Amino acid sequence: MPFGNSHNKLKMNYTAEQEYPDLSQHNNHMAKVLTSEMYANLRDKETPSGFTLDDVIQTGVDNPGHPFIMTVGCVAGDEETYEVFKDLLDPVIEDRHGGYKPTDKHKTDLNPENLQGGDDLDPNYVLSSRVRTGRSIRGFCLPPHCSRGERRAIENLSVEALSSLEGELKGKYYALKNMTEEEQQQLIDDHFLFDKPVSPLLLASGMARDWPDARGIWHNDDKTFLVWVNEEDHLRVISMQKGGNMREVFTRFCTGLTTIEGLFKEKSHEFMWNEHLGFVLTCPSNLGTGLRAGVHVKLPNLSKNEKFGEVLKKLRLQKRGTGGVDTAAVGGVFDISNADRLGFSEVELVQMVVDGVGLLVEMEKRLEGGQSIDDLMPEQK
Amino acid sequence: MASSFARILSSKRNVGILSLVGAGSLTVGFLLNREQHVSAGAQVRRVYPPSAEYPDLRKHNNCMASHLTPAVYAKLCDKATPNGYTLDQAIQTGVDNPGHPFIKTVGMVAGDEETYEVFADLFDPVIMERHNGYDPRKMKHPTDLDASKIRSGLFDEKYVLSSRVRTGRSIRGLSLPPACTRAERREVERVVINALGGLQGDLAGKYYSLTQMTEEEQQQLIDDHFLFDKPVSPLLTCAGMARDWPDARGIWHNNEKTFLVWVNEEDHTRVISMEKGGNMKRVFERFCRGLQEVERLIQEKGWEFMWNERLGYVLTCPSNLGTGLRAGVHITLPRLSKDPRFPKILDNLRLQKRGTGGVDTAAVGSTFDISNLDRLGQSEVQLVQTVIDGVNYLIECEKRLEKGQDIKIPAAIKHN
Repeated sequence: MPFGNSHNKLKMNYTAEQEYPDLSQHNNHMAKVLTSEMYANLRDKETPSGFTLDDVIQTGVDNPGHPFIMTVGCVAGDEETYEVFKDLLDPVIEDRHGGYKPTDKHKTDLNPENLQGGDDLDPNYVLSSRVRTGRSIRGFCLPPHCSRGERRAIENLSVEALSSLEGELKGKYYALKNMTEEEQQQLIDDHFLFDKPVSPLLLASGMARDWPDARGIWHNDDKTFLVWVNEEDHLRVISMQKGGNMREVFTRFCTGLTTIEGLFKEKSHEFMWNEHLGFVLTCPSNLGTGLRAGVHVKLPNLSKNEKFGEVLKKLRLQKRGTGGVDTAAVGGVFDISNADRLGFSEVELVQMVVDGVGLLVEMEKRLEGGQSIDDLMPEQK
Repeated sequence: MASSFARILSSKRNVGILSLVGAGSLTVGFLLNREQHVSAGAQVRRVYPPSAEYPDLRKHNNCMASHLTPAVYAKLCDKATPNGYTLDQAIQTGVDNPGHPFIKTVGMVAGDEETYEVFADLFDPVIMERHNGYDPRKMKHPTDLDASKIRSGLFDEKYVLSSRVRTGRSIRGLSLPPACTRAERREVERVVINALGGLQGDLAGKYYSLTQMTEEEQQQLIDDHFLFDKPVSPLLTCAGMARDWPDARGIWHNNEKTFLVWVNEEDHTRVISMEKGGNMKRVFERFCRGLQEVERLIQEKGWEFMWNERLGYVLTCPSNLGTGLRAGVHITLPRLSKDPRFPKILDNLRLQKRGTGGVDTAAVGSTFDISNLDRLGQSEVQLVQTVIDGVNYLIECEKRLEKGQDIKIPAAIKHN
């Protein structure tokens, strides 16, 4: 899976030139890197589970690009994809992750004690705080490639681990195909429910196959810790709460993740991780920490200021609408989060968000009072 | 390049059906090759028993779900066609699309000609259900493209606004749209437009590649209602047919705009003959002549259409086997369409109604698309005659209702 590639051997009856995709209209990371020579060199390779070059690039071939966003255009079907196809993926990673080299090492730091401050972002401006990441279970194929049997095994393992969580983290699993109408409505009201992907970027990679089989949502009773099972990654882990106490959110995030990791290890499973790429996920854009720490913050004045974009860039932050990626801001409320994923540790990224948002709020207050923000302009981080 | 391709092709033809017996061993060989790529420390992919892989079809209502029992799944799940197409690939669209509340969809597709053989244990009962009892194990499908046999076929143009006949054809030796590689798809395009380039007289025309058409050409094709777009229906996209869009897709039509060929949309080719008004006889005559001419032209280069005695013309969707033919009219029936007996009349005449936008659209005003229900088990001539006789009957009903006379439900036509 996906289609047309279980017969990679058949393709070898044709020349590389006959098979090479037409990327002349394309603008994504894959298209920038995949020359016909590279295609010729990689096309007869497969990972041990049978994932091929065409599987990796199908989403990028089918989706030429976004006028404003440079999409990645390739996905991994298993952990080995990043090895077998490194000639393609290393330059894509380098381009996407600010010059990260094939020889660089990535630091993992999930100790919340190393975070400074972060518990006092002004709740008059910062409406909510959230940290998310993803995790993949070593030895299983990733969503573009997994069979139904594998996906169900991932669900079983995950639900088993999550059901052992205690205290603040104790919660319940809702399988997408078994939930009642009431449960579904509650999850929608809580803004927890994820739906079948509609983005062609995801569909073209085969991630939505067999929906909703083996997909589900787990959350703790407090509704502050949430795990998505078998959506775009094996697991997406989210810690969130209203207000500006990012420190508390991050602490719960780290505790939850390390506890879950420990529970998996008890069953002899581990997360996909290595020194070079950090945590391995489906999309190359989520390598490293896979971490997006963000806030919903009111910046009606700052967002209209001509320096807004520049400030965000210097702070290594990005803005989105409050519906997430690809949405527009509503009522001057923005989703502000870290732009980086790889090459910085979790603590470092959350620190950037905490410090950066603090500065943005200060700037907003200045502009509210009709004052200048020139002296507050930050250096490039 | 072409000659080496032809050599591969002829060896594949010999290998084709005969290798069915060895399909299981081919798969085993394939798996053994995979394991040679395992690097030190990497885990080999887990393999699950069929019971762990069997799809959850409890909420499903399509032909595939009706016939794919756990036993059939277990029997077929580790088989593959000589090209490597698997059961899971064939059924993916039916797993992903539980069903339509009103229409029972087929829920599976073929990736190549051999799919229908290797997975016959599933495809045969589905074909039987979909094609009203046609048993591919016992029956033969008649092909008849002799348009001179048609009787009548000039409709009253007060009622019939346009007439159209369509079918599909697949090029033997090349994988079908769900499974084809980019090179195969490009080869289909090359073979087909080469043949179409040889058409002459009223059939002479031009090809418009989707990747290269100009803005003006695109607008003209839209205005002519010829342009097809990237499929959006999940029934099609889940089967993998839209991969690499718009590479190697295009539209060919004759200068008179009465004969049209779609390349690499849902099938290798879709062939359409149409014109305004009610001259179905002429539409069908051009249809047959065009098809036979294209077949002759591809045969000159050593190619042929996928066809066999059991299934007739082989196409991607089992619903289009046999003739793959839909002959229909756009017809206004303001009184008859409001009569409660209308559905039954259509049913007995072996006709179906659709809106004028095609399948899944609603009728506008009282103008309907009326066409044959059947595809397999009856020849092209028989089906077109059925449409002609049926539409004439509908027009008679409409005329009678206009005069305040009563109408009768006709006797049910015998079918498979």
